[in-house]
Amino acid sequence: MNPFFAALAGAVDLITHADQKLVDIISLSLKVSATAVVIASVLGLAIGAIVSVTRFTGRGMVIAALNATMGLPPVVIGLVVYLLLSRAGPLGHYGLLFTPPAMVIAQVILITPIIAALSRQILEDAWREYQDQFASLGIKNASAAATLIWDCRFSLVTIALAGLGRACAEVGAVMIVGGNIDGVTRTMTTAIALETTKGDLPLALSLGIVLVAIVLAINIVAQWLKSFAERRYG
Amino acid sequence: MKHFMQSKLQRIFAGAAFTLSLALTQTPAQAQEKFITLASTTSTEQSGLFGHILPIFKKATGIDVRVVALGTGQALDTARRGDADVVFVHDKAAEEKFVADGFGIERIEVMYNDFVLVGPKADPAKSTGRDIAAGLKNIANAKAAFVSRGDKSGTHAAELRYWKAAGVDLDTTKGAWYRETGSGMGPALNTASAMNAYILTDRGTWLAFKNRGELSIQIEGDTKLFNQYGVMLVNPSKHAHIKQELGQQFIGWLVSAEGQRAIAEYKIGGEQLFFPNAKPAMKKAA
Amino acid sequence: MASQPPAALRLLPVRAENAAVAFAGKSILRGIDLEITKNTRTVIMGSNGAGKSTLLRLLHGLLLPTAGRVVNAVGEPVATQVLRQHDAMLFQRPVMLRASALDNVLYAAKHQVRGITMPPPHVSALNALQSVGLAELANRPARVLSGGEQQRVAFARALVRDPEILYLDEPTASLDPQSARQIETLISTAAGRGVTIVMTTHNLAQAKRLASQIILLNDGAIAEITPATQFFIQPRSAAGRAFVEGES
Repeated sequence: MNPFFAALAGAVDLITHADQKLVDIISLSLKVSATAVVIASVLGLAIGAIVSVTRFTGRGMVIAALNATMGLPPVVIGLVVYLLLSRAGPLGHYGLLFTPPAMVIAQVILITPIIAALSRQILEDAWREYQDQFASLGIKNASAAATLIWDCRFSLVTIALAGLGRACAEVGAVMIVGGNIDGVTRTMTTAIALETTKGDLPLALSLGIVLVAIVLAINIVAQWLKSFAERRYG
Repeated sequence: MKHFMQSKLQRIFAGAAFTLSLALTQTPAQAQEKFITLASTTSTEQSGLFGHILPIFKKATGIDVRVVALGTGQALDTARRGDADVVFVHDKAAEEKFVADGFGIERIEVMYNDFVLVGPKADPAKSTGRDIAAGLKNIANAKAAFVSRGDKSGTHAAELRYWKAAGVDLDTTKGAWYRETGSGMGPALNTASAMNAYILTDRGTWLAFKNRGELSIQIEGDTKLFNQYGVMLVNPSKHAHIKQELGQQFIGWLVSAEGQRAIAEYKIGGEQLFFPNAKPAMKKAA
Repeated sequence: MASQPPAALRLLPVRAENAAVAFAGKSILRGIDLEITKNTRTVIMGSNGAGKSTLLRLLHGLLLPTAGRVVNAVGEPVATQVLRQHDAMLFQRPVMLRASALDNVLYAAKHQVRGITMPPPHVSALNALQSVGLAELANRPARVLSGGEQQRVAFARALVRDPEILYLDEPTASLDPQSARQIETLISTAAGRGVTIVMTTHNLAQAKRLASQIILLNDGAIAEITPATQFFIQPRSAAGRAFVEGES
């Protein structure tokens, strides 16, 4: 059989016979990424909201910085977090290196700029639309920002889901700070990397297909949510 | 609607906090578990040796060994930074320096495996035989494609020693035929398989490696190819948090009769990969 | 809707005193002197770019004058007045939150310091929707309503605040004739209940129907302020004559 189709059959087999180990790996991946997304959403949304509804000197710089950090290579983030969390580093005392929280931290740094930059864009567009109305009603910026976040909730959830997809699919940072420890910090992507290095390409590809399926499902949910909201609320 | 909205937001944050606590409940539980962090090499992890012996160790002692698999140089560096309790690698010179610098307490020999030279079945360089020096010389003369780890790993260090022993000065002879990948054993093997090139690999990784393509073993059995593994406890006087007692327990077990037997037992396709050779004196010390 | 704030809280008359607005060095309005008095229906007219919308925003306090001042009856600048809740504005394109029509109106009611004589917010909101004829659509998502319906929700959102002054910026310019007539009726009804009206429009016939006085802007300055009955027959300024002739 063609290796690609062998891998595909392998993936189907992996999913249908979901052995405990695979389930553990997938659930760890999702837990780590979901936790990171929740934290990054709170941070990113706060940053996005502040930047979108306030005007201050250096605002353009902040926006440029946000957009630039969206493209930070995960490996660089991994390296920085590694150096920070290493016992020899400034946060070494907490002993977080090679643990799931270390991966969460790396992913938070990875996706907070994405969520901040994209939500800034959405909230600012909404802000332009509502600005006069809010001013007319005498609504202060903080309250206006809360209203905007609620009003754009579906688009913002879509952004968070995009962040989740990115976090799940990321390998460079979690490999470095997590250490790919079997049963502790082995995620889907680091497992894929490992199986590739072992030359077990079918297994790696199978895991890859599982990962793609999950990311695809996340995106379908995001898409559905968006179109549902558009139909329901206009 | 303000209050309505605030309550919604509060609910969202409450939900977030809940998810967060759910996601992290795993961590405190794990923190309570007895474990050590072991910095080791890709060869021991990827050959499946740890998958075989660590459960036995855990059953005997209840200690979980978390393996971070890296190149030898990187593993030693991780240990030097205090990010591992025990380091288990295979580059005698680097290990001795690690101990001499005060980062490790004592280097204890545990086992050896051997390197093999793998190459295309067609053997364009006529390298086949038992003599690694002669084989490498032929490869250099033929300028046959050769893949090097190039990552300062134990295997890379060994490879450089063999070139030297073969009288090949890489600095002057290396050209397009000599490819440094800067990657782990597995990726380097994948590269060699794709390029149909020669490569030096440890036997364990080779046996566990599935994507062989046209490659097969060309040179094996030369005593020079033996590859000694040593284990060291990271010096607690350098890093106070090192789990000295648990680490010692692991090292003691590795060189004990039980540990040595577990190592000898591990086979792939009926072939033994690692040969325990801990010195009896060491066993007593442990 | 007819309940008035106590005399001490009155906004009217709103006065502009030699007010000017400039953006990035470009003068939009200059030398604006006018007074909006109680129970008047002022329509601001002028050709495109004359500064109608800017003047409306200035009076409503959405803009700060770059020179001069715009103050309410107690001498507070309108942009920072604590009585913000007693005026309201309708925009050419209504902006609806992604929520029901009722919630949109409720939102305006709740973001307001409400006098003790005013009913609870949700009662006010329902009443306001009722008065614009949308009680039946109260629970429909506001953004899926038609343009005319959305403008009526916006009207309810303004009325729910029990405004002393209602500013309207081209309120019917994006609407079909029938919806436009409904809005005009709502404006007349509000005026009849004692709400002071200040609006801009391009529509001369509409101005004739609604205005008690006309402010004609010409290139950022006031060309004339004339009672409506006179303006359409005999404008006082050359710009006024050109405008009435050009439009009719």
